[in-house]
Amino acid sequence: MTEEIIIAGFGGQGVLSMGKILAYSGVMQDQEVTWFPSYGPEMRGGTANVTVIMSDNRISSPILHEFDTAIILNQQSMDKFEKTVKAGGVLLYDPNGIVHPPTRTDINVYKIEGTKIAADLGNVKTFNMVVLGAYLKAKPVVKMESIKKGLEKSLPERHHKLIPLNLQAIDAGQEKLETVNLVS
Amino acid sequence: MGELRLMKGNEVIAEAAIRCGCDGYFGYPITPQSEVMETLMAREPWDETGMVVLQAESEVASINMVYGAAGTGKKVMTSSSSPGISLMAEGISYIAGAELPCLIVNVQRGGPGLGTIQPSQADYFQSTKGGGHGDYKLIVLAPASVQEMNDFVDLGFELAFKYRNPAMILTDGAIGQMMEKVELGDYKPRMTAGEVESKTGSWATTGKTSDRDYNVITSLYLESSKMEESNRRLQEKYIQMEAEEVRYETFQCEDADYVLVAFGSSARICQKSVELARAKGLKVGLLRPITLFPFPKKPIAELAKKVKGFMAVEMNAGQMVEDVQLAVGCAKSLATVTYFGRMGGIIPTPGEVVEAIEQKLIEA
Repeated sequence: MTEEIIIAGFGGQGVLSMGKILAYSGVMQDQEVTWFPSYGPEMRGGTANVTVIMSDNRISSPILHEFDTAIILNQQSMDKFEKTVKAGGVLLYDPNGIVHPPTRTDINVYKIEGTKIAADLGNVKTFNMVVLGAYLKAKPVVKMESIKKGLEKSLPERHHKLIPLNLQAIDAGQEKLETVNLVS
Repeated sequence: MGELRLMKGNEVIAEAAIRCGCDGYFGYPITPQSEVMETLMAREPWDETGMVVLQAESEVASINMVYGAAGTGKKVMTSSSSPGISLMAEGISYIAGAELPCLIVNVQRGGPGLGTIQPSQADYFQSTKGGGHGDYKLIVLAPASVQEMNDFVDLGFELAFKYRNPAMILTDGAIGQMMEKVELGDYKPRMTAGEVESKTGSWATTGKTSDRDYNVITSLYLESSKMEESNRRLQEKYIQMEAEEVRYETFQCEDADYVLVAFGSSARICQKSVELARAKGLKVGLLRPITLFPFPKKPIAELAKKVKGFMAVEMNAGQMVEDVQLAVGCAKSLATVTYFGRMGGIIPTPGEVVEAIEQKLIEA
């Protein structure tokens, strides 16, 4: 199994840390993983993206031009990455701030009201975990216990008290995933 | 099995240095390699192993601190990115001339000049053909994964001490910034002066004792005959390196009509391109030089006898391609040699490389 994912949105949305937790979860279940960030003169409010690859085999290129899954969290990223999803792949997006929703019919499209759900949970910072939960519902590539271990590994110990809240956000995301288009 | 972690390439350089018993790091921050010293400072290895970590006032100062400490037989290193390595070039030439071991890490960024902070491989010539003045060579290792960033710290020091010659890890911002699963090495104790002497002979300036003559560290020989003698000694080492230290890896070359030659992050991209090309029915393979000096001339020459063409894929304007041409020319082969690359911090995608294989290699 190889899963090639792009996660793209605004800087500050937790795009890179969502990727990191996913990557750590892969390590926890003995997979090969690569986490490749867009780094550079980007800043809060600018765009940020990260490629995460998880595989049972040695991983070749960390730089990709097409993906199994795109998780898209703003319009600029939709414009850039909708076309890069492989036919039959998955596109998950948060409709908040999306003016032009995806139009492709040859891919599986899901949406998650991540911004709203995180606000309802009382902590907008859990947004990325809500989206992660939704993704894992659409594509259960890692086990929940690996995610839990991944959180423990990637969060500094002083933040471990926040793990239950994060797990709650993941649950909420799994519960509230909406299907927009399914390829039969 | 060693400890498994998810780490950035730059962070791993620091961790591996502590674990392999490095005595000292002297550096100056520059993107995209600043995490090396950041990680070292956060780890505070001076408490754990006694390793010194020092932020110097400049790259020029760092490399000269490396020169001085290396002269005492210590296992010392520095790291920087392209413009910083240019500043160090004079010191590197002195260290090579004085025949001292050390490790230099170049996490390349786009140039020339101050350039960009995005990844590049445009320092191939600088690393393998000189950089500083005089007839000298560095042992140049090109990691293609975070795991190799870890492994090559120990290997780099090993080779540096074996040949008493500076070794370089030539990597780039992509591998420096990316995180992968890595198996860390076990802790090795720092070497004592006695261990250095029993392993590599008496050359370090550790204080003269009554039973031996002075050990002198210098790259200055005013008498030409002495200077030539020193040059001959260096050249003999480089010949020995070419005979004993060539490292490379091949991927699907057995039945290949066309072979890509790429190092570091370009090689990772090319591995995917080979898979994509094979899916299209094109018989393409990949040769990845792991040591850039000594360069794997012979394996390329061997392949040149049976393949139709080579394409060097590099994140520069075509530098390593010259070494591929030399190797193919030496084999008196008629295989074509071409180049594809991107510059200025742009990373080619696997798809772009496949297009180049079709247009620049096969159709040509």
